[in-house]
Amino acid sequence: MTALLWRDLRLALRAGGGFGLGLAFFLIVTVLVPFGVGPETALLTRIGPGVLWIGALLACLLSLDRIFALDWEDGSLDLLATAPLPMEGIVSIKALAHWLTTGLPLVLAAPVLGVLLNLPPAGYLWVVVSLALGTPALSVIGTFGAALTVGLKRGGLLLSLLVLPLYVPTLIFGAEVARRGAEGLALQSPLLMLAGISFGVIALLPFASAAVLRINLR
Amino acid sequence: MSIWEYANPVKFIRVTDRILPWIAGGAALCLAVGLVWGFFFTPDDYRQGATVKIFYLHVPAAMMAINAWVMMLVASLIWIVRRHHVSALAARAAAPVGAMFTLIALITGAFWGQPMWGTWWEWDPRLTSFLILFLFYLGYMALWQAIENDDTAADLTSILCLVGSVFALLSRYAVLFWNQGLHQGASLSLDAEENVADVYWYPALVCIAGFVLLFVALVFLRTQTEIRARRTRALLAREGRG
Amino acid sequence: MDVIAQDLAVARGGVPVLEGLSFVLGPGQALVLRGPNGSGKTTLLRTVAGLQPPLAGSLSGTEDRIAYAAHADGLKSMLSVAENLRFWAQVFGASDIKPALAAFDLDPLQDRLAGSLSAGQKRRLGLARLMVTARPVWVLDEPTVSLDAASVALFAGVVRRHLASGGCALIATHIDLGLTEARILDVTPYRAAPRAALQDEAFL
Repeated sequence: MTALLWRDLRLALRAGGGFGLGLAFFLIVTVLVPFGVGPETALLTRIGPGVLWIGALLACLLSLDRIFALDWEDGSLDLLATAPLPMEGIVSIKALAHWLTTGLPLVLAAPVLGVLLNLPPAGYLWVVVSLALGTPALSVIGTFGAALTVGLKRGGLLLSLLVLPLYVPTLIFGAEVARRGAEGLALQSPLLMLAGISFGVIALLPFASAAVLRINLR
Repeated sequence: MSIWEYANPVKFIRVTDRILPWIAGGAALCLAVGLVWGFFFTPDDYRQGATVKIFYLHVPAAMMAINAWVMMLVASLIWIVRRHHVSALAARAAAPVGAMFTLIALITGAFWGQPMWGTWWEWDPRLTSFLILFLFYLGYMALWQAIENDDTAADLTSILCLVGSVFALLSRYAVLFWNQGLHQGASLSLDAEENVADVYWYPALVCIAGFVLLFVALVFLRTQTEIRARRTRALLAREGRG
Repeated sequence: MDVIAQDLAVARGGVPVLEGLSFVLGPGQALVLRGPNGSGKTTLLRTVAGLQPPLAGSLSGTEDRIAYAAHADGLKSMLSVAENLRFWAQVFGASDIKPALAAFDLDPLQDRLAGSLSAGQKRRLGLARLMVTARPVWVLDEPTVSLDAASVALFAGVVRRHLASGGCALIATHIDLGLTEARILDVTPYRAAPRAALQDEAFL
């Protein structure tokens, strides 16, 4: 299991692995928003937490199809399926590797991009906390979507269509935590809901992803 | 006799062929009576005027939009547990019908909302939930279309339907939390005290019956079409031309 | 423990391709599958490897004992030869990759990226993976594709040593590996009559 994690991390970090693409995309989205809505700092302060969440979500979406597609193409997914690893473990590790190479950098980059959006000082902590709690859910849900569309030609667009509606609850609670944090409001209930969703999907969704992957390898 | 006998495609076609005209006729009759009654023979609401009458399309469509998803969920479970092909095809057949009902509910809602709230669209929890439901329908149908092998497609869409149902419920609560909303509470419930007045209530019941029958008729018809297409392919393959 | 297939039927994309197939594969034995393209050899091997369920019949002695090698080698072009092999060794709980590297003459290449290897070298690396799995039953699909004569001999030697140490092998191949002790199973007589795909059969 750890061998698989190390291999995926090493592949992501080497040339052509696509590491950093999500981060660059996050930066570009954040920079484009002021061009779209105008440079008023008051407005940007107000929408900043939401923009960071949308940016992180889209950046995460961008790299989902790579989770299984490369292993599918070169045949290693078949070989992994015959290896002494449970399929549930494989999909969990894949989701973890995706989070470490995409979600975690986004969490760390968010405060820097917050400066561009003139985030209030109180907001930084909660933007980071909400993303740190929410992005694992995005990776796990995305892994489910990637397992559904593995092996399909032009699966990328379908993947977005399948995954985005599933992202709605995470986005709502995550952005709510960030917004309330920035405005200094009470945020216990959305925070608990966000944590509940994250832990719930981490615990349960790998079973669905593994079932789907087995069907697709058949 | 067990209900599972109807899961045999040939038997399903034979039985539905016999009852389909009655269901379709019932749907047409109920809709005609309900809508004419509702539109022309009920008084205008003292606050909402004639606008209230879009209610006769809006409420039944919204109810069926949700019921169609529930039916797909049940059919998906039956496919996963008992692997009856008719069940998977019925779920597939119900999806576009459910999506259309969702769209009707959204559009009539916009027409109703414009004069009442002064806006075509409001990010109200109910409206938002229906929009999300519509997206779920789109994803479900797109997955069916994308996969060539029918059994694989049935397996994958069933699991998507299960997972999607959980997330749809979660979204519903998330959206409620996110915005409290303008939409009035449920217009109809079995609890008669809260209901709208009887003059509106009876034609509405007829309309709802019409929409239910319409849904059943459309699902039967579409399932029959799917079964016949598969049967044609199976027969061609048996003759070595598949 | 023998690998026993009894009255096996397998399907590709729901269409039955082979049926009524039985064989027993004991320790030290090799079974070579023959048959024209599209006759279902790959499907049979995938079924034996556990990637898809059989349509009918039974299969025993395969649980957690299979090392499978398909058309695709499952190599990561951005990892070196040694890294690729070490990954699979760790997955299968083995540690030493040296014998596998030596057996397939990969020692001089071990620090090269797999992406820079020739097709034949990649194939050798893909086959070396079998040795680090420490599993007794090798299920091989056209293992000699893109190998030259010397490499084929190398591979035949590895298979022979595997058999001598109590392993067994199920191989689909067109060329003669020089494994005189191997039995040959022609799958042609077991081809299923053309008929409806399984998922359509319920509609007849």
